[in-house]
Amino acid sequence: MPPDQAVQFPTVVDSERSIADPPYDYPDYVGTRLRHPKNPLVVVPSTLSELTGPAYGESAIGELDHDLTRQFAGVPLGERIIVSGRVLGSDGKPLRSQLVEIWQANAAGRYAHVVDGHDAPLDPNFAGAGRCLTDDDGWYRFVTVKPGAYPWGNHENAWRPNHIHFSLFGRAFTDRLVTQMYFPGDPLFAYDPIYHSVRDEKARERMVSSLEMALTIPDWALGYRYDIVLGGRDATPLEEPHDD
Amino acid sequence: MTEVVFTPSQTVGPYLAIGLLDPPTTSTLVSPETPGAITISGVLLDGAGEPVPDGMVEVWQADTDGEYATSAETDGFFGFGRSGTVDGGRFTFVTQKPGAVAWPGGGLQAPHLLVGVFARGLLKRLVTRMYFPDEVEANANDPVLSRLPAGARETLIARPDADGLRFDIVIQGPGETTFFAV
Repeated sequence: MPPDQAVQFPTVVDSERSIADPPYDYPDYVGTRLRHPKNPLVVVPSTLSELTGPAYGESAIGELDHDLTRQFAGVPLGERIIVSGRVLGSDGKPLRSQLVEIWQANAAGRYAHVVDGHDAPLDPNFAGAGRCLTDDDGWYRFVTVKPGAYPWGNHENAWRPNHIHFSLFGRAFTDRLVTQMYFPGDPLFAYDPIYHSVRDEKARERMVSSLEMALTIPDWALGYRYDIVLGGRDATPLEEPHDD
Repeated sequence: MTEVVFTPSQTVGPYLAIGLLDPPTTSTLVSPETPGAITISGVLLDGAGEPVPDGMVEVWQADTDGEYATSAETDGFFGFGRSGTVDGGRFTFVTQKPGAVAWPGGGLQAPHLLVGVFARGLLKRLVTRMYFPDEVEANANDPVLSRLPAGARETLIARPDADGLRFDIVIQGPGETTFFAV
């Protein structure tokens, strides 16, 4: 029996955690109201369970999985773009062979999903899903079309800014991240509670890609850069923060 | 303290199935014919007691020896699974019971799965643990379970049902599942 077994774990009120992350309870985003825990989170030391995590490899990826414009016989409508960047650890080092999964609306702002009832056309040549692995320097790269803005029922006249959903694993279970990549200068930012659920301005800006001419292919497609930094969420009162 | 520079989390939204529920990920960690294969299912519930049909549950677990097989590229057991909840909030995994896992500083943790929950309305993942009802002694000595109040502990132990094990996840309200900061 561990010697400290009689000692209860500390708990942490959600809002006291990282300023990078949104809270669970964010009433402006109506969907959170019945979907956030009322009890504080229990803080346990990271064990082998938390410090390991799944790693996918080449066999997870099909040849055209990274190119959302070439998954059907025809070419999807919309503005073709390149989305690329690096996946980094909290120490700034690149994470190689990381599975990056994305999904998005088509250029008209419609998802190829049965639940999406937005009155905008589906595109028979666009499913909106992609995946790839990072290279030895942490780089990923997708070819896709710029997703359209679309209305949602959160409040009167609510529209989501253009965005691409990203899913990443990192080196450990604690690194797991699902986020959204936005486009620079989107006038809808001001009205979007999901974007503003990240209360720190600098942290919000880390979700916004930048136009990068070095990634742009002349006469073919604009390139957007979006770097992603994972990890560190297990910095708890029981451990030295950022000791890596 | 170092400035926090992490990329923030955002909700998966209602359309996660487009990007996250196809291979290579799977909810079938072992073939159902495997000796010891066990079906774990449950319903994801919101604060009104309603099922959440647009969520996703992930599990991460050790193999039967308590070792974490971290690469999907090698033969043998790989301890990661994903299930959508489109079927009336229900998620299902076919897997095997993991072995006991080391506790930092000595001792063992009872067999458990780490469980991650994503959904529209969740701005970041929720994390919990699932323990096994037939591990009474190991659960009693588990360094996590044994330090939780009884009510919180009970939410983490699956119960037997006709198909295998049942593990409902209550995001909010009466019977709220115990969630962890990671």
